[in-house]
Amino acid sequence: MNSTTLSAILFVAFVAFTLVLVFRAGRTNKKSSDFYDGGGSFSGFQNGLAIAGDYMSAASFLGIAGTIALFGYDGFLYSIGFLVAWLVALLLVAEPLRNSGRFTMGDVLSFRMRQLPVRGASATSTLVVSIFYLMAQMVGAGALVSLLLGITDEAAKNWIIGGVGILMIIYVTVGGMKGTTYVQIVKAFLLMIGAILMTLMVLWHFGFNISDLLGAARDASGKENFLSPGLKFGKDVLDATTGVVDPTKTLISKLDLISLGMALVLGTAGLPHILIRFYTVPTAKAARKSVNWAIGNIGAFYLMTIALGFGAAALVSRTTLFRGYKVDANGCLVNAAGLPIEDAGNACTKLDQFASSSAAVHAAAVPVDPSGNVAAPQLAQFLGGGVGTTGGAVMLAVIGAIAFATILAVVAGLTLASSSSFAHDLYANVIKRGKASPESEVRVAKISAIVIGAIAIVLAIGAQKLNVAFLVAIAFAIAASGNLPAVLYSLFWKRFNTRGAVWAIYGGLASALILLVFSPNVSGLPTSLIPLVEGGPRWDLFPLANPGLVSIPLGFLFGWLGTITSNENNTAKYAELEVRSMTGAAIGKAVQH
Amino acid sequence: MGSSEDEKVWQEVQASPEFQDLKRKFRRFAFPLTVAFLVWYFLYVALTAFAREWVSTPVFGNINIAFILGVLQFVSTFVIMYLYERYSTRVLDAPSESLRDKVDKELAK
Repeated sequence: MNSTTLSAILFVAFVAFTLVLVFRAGRTNKKSSDFYDGGGSFSGFQNGLAIAGDYMSAASFLGIAGTIALFGYDGFLYSIGFLVAWLVALLLVAEPLRNSGRFTMGDVLSFRMRQLPVRGASATSTLVVSIFYLMAQMVGAGALVSLLLGITDEAAKNWIIGGVGILMIIYVTVGGMKGTTYVQIVKAFLLMIGAILMTLMVLWHFGFNISDLLGAARDASGKENFLSPGLKFGKDVLDATTGVVDPTKTLISKLDLISLGMALVLGTAGLPHILIRFYTVPTAKAARKSVNWAIGNIGAFYLMTIALGFGAAALVSRTTLFRGYKVDANGCLVNAAGLPIEDAGNACTKLDQFASSSAAVHAAAVPVDPSGNVAAPQLAQFLGGGVGTTGGAVMLAVIGAIAFATILAVVAGLTLASSSSFAHDLYANVIKRGKASPESEVRVAKISAIVIGAIAIVLAIGAQKLNVAFLVAIAFAIAASGNLPAVLYSLFWKRFNTRGAVWAIYGGLASALILLVFSPNVSGLPTSLIPLVEGGPRWDLFPLANPGLVSIPLGFLFGWLGTITSNENNTAKYAELEVRSMTGAAIGKAVQH
Repeated sequence: MGSSEDEKVWQEVQASPEFQDLKRKFRRFAFPLTVAFLVWYFLYVALTAFAREWVSTPVFGNINIAFILGVLQFVSTFVIMYLYERYSTRVLDAPSESLRDKVDKELAK
């Protein structure tokens, strides 16, 4: 049996097992509010695992390991930002949010505000953030399938994206929050087991000497500075004509790194699908414990990405990590411009001559897949015994199935967050002005899960050429620029009011999106969304690829400006919010408006 | 019980010395700690961007300052988590729970 068949069997087993869990969860859902919060009865430990399962996406597992494998130290910067971010959630957000809200981020934001504008803004930003994140995960799913099952057919990839979408709709509509939580717990457990197994095997390979592992990775990479920051982020930019370091462009490139760091560390506590997880436990104390468990799990996992990424760099050949290099019709390696690479008078270098060719060829050759997403599965295959061995096939299949499970758990959480917000914020509180029955609210939530799932399938199929990391970065930047200022002001600033909340959310969201449109992600580079052609149009007026450095302060500024230019200030409701958020009095009870 | 009476309960509790004391104890701990970990994190990111020579200095074998600083970010995250958990259980949980019981009793009247 080859690894493709085995991978498919393991994945079907995972799907079957989780479907049983979800249908059982669906039967135990009694109150209609169970759809949103799973009855609010999970323990801190269970919710901590579910948070880890919700948070550690395929981008973390495959993306970070791949970035480390190809660019060395710089991949580790992601791990650190994604972990430290949890301290914002722990110290400032988790407990007061649990105490003062019920189902959505909008509950807390609209607590002392006029319902219509704030609920509307909150639902808009929840939907935008979640849909970008959903697209990233589903595009990732399509890419992963082609990678692991060897499917290159476009139609087959679209079917896989559709299948993932249908599964997530079933999880959410049948199991609600309880079912989704079970799926996330199972996934977190599998992911940790897989990572621990691979980490131990890598360390064992190097006699548990981390210095040797790093040294071997550096030597195999052929890059002197592989263990230092700077191969991917904040690179020194050389002037195209003189070849010396351009100080302005280099500074911009380093500021881009700071900007990325800012979005990573401030985005997490503004992600709606993470925030609603705090409602699944009964008390603030349990919410705190769940963040502690989540930090423990996520921290351990990200530490292991060091071993996985550098292990892949040391043990898997770079040609494999890059899935080969681009060649022309004659089989000659080509450079970025698509022309054959000349090497010491040789007009053509074939792919099989790559290993023995000069450094100039190595520098000019273009990888087929520069993302490194295959690093973790390829490492698994190596650790199992290598290509063509049973052990290798089994390990590849196991890690591939875990990666699928990872994607499914994350997309289910995102669909739940967006359908909850649509039903609870928009339908019940804006359209029906708070007069909707709980049953009709949940019916709307289920219908919107189907609609959002369908939209995500269509968008993901259309967005397959987009870079997954880019889509995730948009989600984090919007969450940090729009949601986080609104959440923090809401909880801690007495003067905050409706206009402040609306301006913070829309202002932060618009700043992030507009800056992205004018960034080199969209135009001005050969690698942009709209690739630069000689003499073609470009509008990259904003030099940073990550908007956070500007858009996050703007979000806070808009929130402040909106607040001080409006006289509204509901001190009575702030008294209730403050006492509820600090004590948990009247927990889970609706607010009278 | 009408909502205007509820409103009075919330405002009285908010104004009470017990609540103000709890709020002060929470903010005195959480706010400076937040500033501290953010400063420490951005210092780390800035060093990886602007002090590349220095962070590339090897310390043990192939392990350089950049790795040590990175792992210290993990360590500081775990330590802050532990400190906050200890502070909460020792200082914040009891007054918070007693205020909750008091408010819930008042609201039920």
